[in-house]
Amino acid sequence: MSKVWVFAEADGDKPSTATLELLTKARELGGTLEAVHIGANADALAAGLGEHGATTVYAVDPGDALPGVVGAAALEALIGEHHPELVLFAQSYDGRDAISRLSVKLDRPVLTNGVALRVDGDKVIVGAAIFGGNTLVDTEFEGEAPFLAAIRPKSFAAEPSGGSAAAVVAVPAPDAGRAGEAKVLERHVEEREGPKLEEAKVVVSGGRGLGSAEAYDPLVEQLAKLLGGASGASRAIVDAGWVPYSKQVGQTGKVVKPKLYIALGISGATQHMVGMKGSENIIAVNKDAEAPIFGIADLGVVGDVHKVVPKLIEALQAHS
Amino acid sequence: MNIAVCVKQIPDPNVPGNLDADHTLDRSAKPQIDDSDMYGVEMALQLADKAGGGEVILVSMAPNGEVSGLRTGLAMGSARAVLVSDEALAGSDALSTAKVLAKAVERAGDVDLVLTATESTDGYTGTMPAQIAELLGWPSLTFAKHVEVGDGKVTIQRQTEAGYDVVVASLPAVVSVTAGVVEPRYPSFKGIMAAKNKPVDQVTVADLGLSPDEVGWSGARQQIVSVAAAPERQAGEKIEDDGEAYTRIVSFLEDLKII
Ligand SMILES: Cc1cc2nc3c(=O)[nH]c(=O)nc-3n(C[C@H](O)[C@H](O)[C@@H](O)COP(=O)(O)OP(=O)(O)OC[C@H]3O[C@@H](n4cnc5c(N)ncnc54)[C@H](O)[C@@H]3O)c2cc1C
Ligand SMILES: Cc1cc2nc3c(=O)[nH]c(=O)nc-3n(C[C@H](O)[C@H](O)[C@H](O)COP(=O)(O)OP(=O)(O)OC[C@H]3O[C@@H](n4cnc5c(N)ncnc54)[C@H](O)[C@@H]3O)c2cc1C
Repeated sequence: MSKVWVFAEADGDKPSTATLELLTKARELGGTLEAVHIGANADALAAGLGEHGATTVYAVDPGDALPGVVGAAALEALIGEHHPELVLFAQSYDGRDAISRLSVKLDRPVLTNGVALRVDGDKVIVGAAIFGGNTLVDTEFEGEAPFLAAIRPKSFAAEPSGGSAAAVVAVPAPDAGRAGEAKVLERHVEEREGPKLEEAKVVVSGGRGLGSAEAYDPLVEQLAKLLGGASGASRAIVDAGWVPYSKQVGQTGKVVKPKLYIALGISGATQHMVGMKGSENIIAVNKDAEAPIFGIADLGVVGDVHKVVPKLIEALQAHS
Repeated sequence: MNIAVCVKQIPDPNVPGNLDADHTLDRSAKPQIDDSDMYGVEMALQLADKAGGGEVILVSMAPNGEVSGLRTGLAMGSARAVLVSDEALAGSDALSTAKVLAKAVERAGDVDLVLTATESTDGYTGTMPAQIAELLGWPSLTFAKHVEVGDGKVTIQRQTEAGYDVVVASLPAVVSVTAGVVEPRYPSFKGIMAAKNKPVDQVTVADLGLSPDEVGWSGARQQIVSVAAAPERQAGEKIEDDGEAYTRIVSFLEDLKII
């Protein structure tokens, strides 16, 4: 690859972890590595982006427009000027908006939900896990560059390269026309205690086996808090409205790779397991001895969460 | 207000999927409406109701003139459907699918709003909503967990990493909804009977003014080069709770130096 671009997103005033993961992977592919950021805080990101290998960051301030729409319009123009061969996006909210619109503008196909990426000669191959992670599929782009791929967070580890801050090149926001009309009126940040789900060393997740929404706080939140971890959920209880979607672990939720994952009252559907089976250690509590989650648990406890977890919490409180 | 809802007809998601020899998803079983799209249909019915009228029109691309999933959406209360079915569509990728769906939306008539799910259950490329919007030249308001329409505008709560944003745009627009945005209704017996007579406009690629080279295998420009089973993780120790299992968990946590 002669030139690879990463669609860089921010988490506050730092590059998002998914962005750093993409940069780390992109370094392996060789060639020039640059970033494009759609937001007002490129100066703050420059150090982190540079430390992970980007030499330049093209920065576009979208104002209150949705970043994906402005991002696609800006990328179209910038790609025409600088000709990157591969543009990588995180499979995130804004990443998905941007890659989708860009694919139409450039009339190029997209490969999404990637969990692996390699270059073989001049071929770019994206690996994805389908059918709940049971099957790995490699897909190759045909036709001409630029190739557009979206990669799931946690597919690669982020490692600094020790580079110096990326040079910030400010680019005026292009007019995205009617499409650019969608405006952000208000931002609501939900209170979160403790670490982020994707970054926590310990994740405690609850499923339908909790029995009710009311059981989530005293069992899952409490245990997570005591272990300095984050709380997650199966889709069953997200769909039931017990907890917000941002807590969902799995194929259509977040991928987590903590040191320890604790699954409480979760059956272990393949679509859930694909989001957590990369955890270093797994503990499962489920009253059904045949639950599939036991097939991957390092410690499986056949029991009732309402009996096991309160005692565990009590013991941990006594422990500290 | 007229609302087009994209409705994907997919194989039963509870049956393990299979790839055909040509690496496309085996779609030989009778398809059903994607659960995720039930939220779009329900949302559309409620918005049309609040607006005091207008039609909800289903839009779908599916092989073999499949209508079983559409019938569910019609039974819920949608007025009619546009179905694109054509052998030339086999092997279509996300972009070609979006081109077809955008044309099908235009064919549906004057619509003020297009609703989709954020991603389908079988393909989950997750690109269709914004691609359709780009093709139509409209704003896209994605990942909506709440939707309101009024005064020619659509306002949504857009899910974000940190919480949600309130996003607004004028109509027409494309909105993708997350699961749980509304509670989909069950079709009534009357609805099911009525659905049998509701019109389904069956069209081909040529009817939409698209060339067969733009879609299907020729349009895809990507190729599956290998399919393999994912490595499996082994099970470890399993104990029955006799009232003391929590102590084993505590010692496990100690061994990991988590406590
Ligand atoms: C193993 C495998 C991997 C694939 N990977 C890719 C890939 O990486 N890139 C790619 O371009 N294609 C890929 N495809 C092809 C892709 O699945 C489908 O061709 C394409 O239709 C994308 O649809 P989707 O359901 O994934 O769209 P999504 O964007 O996930 O769908 C979002 C919403 O759009 C609407 N929608 C989508 N399709 C239809 C439809 N046919 N009718 C009505 N409404 C619809 C629904 O409301 C749906 O909920 C892959 C196919 C297979 C079998
Ligand atoms: C395309 C697709 C994508 C999906 N994506 C996801 C995803 O991202 N994440 C996800 O999680 N799911 C996903 N799903 C859904 C998935 O298939 C399962 O439906 C879901 O994971 C089940 O959640 P659960 O384990 O909480 O519930 P259930 O399957 O109902 O399991 C509940 C478990 O709790 C146990 N239990 C009951 N009472 C107790 C008790 N008192 N004490 C202990 N144990 C008890 C039961 O034995 C059972 O094993 C997806 C599905 C599809 C088709």
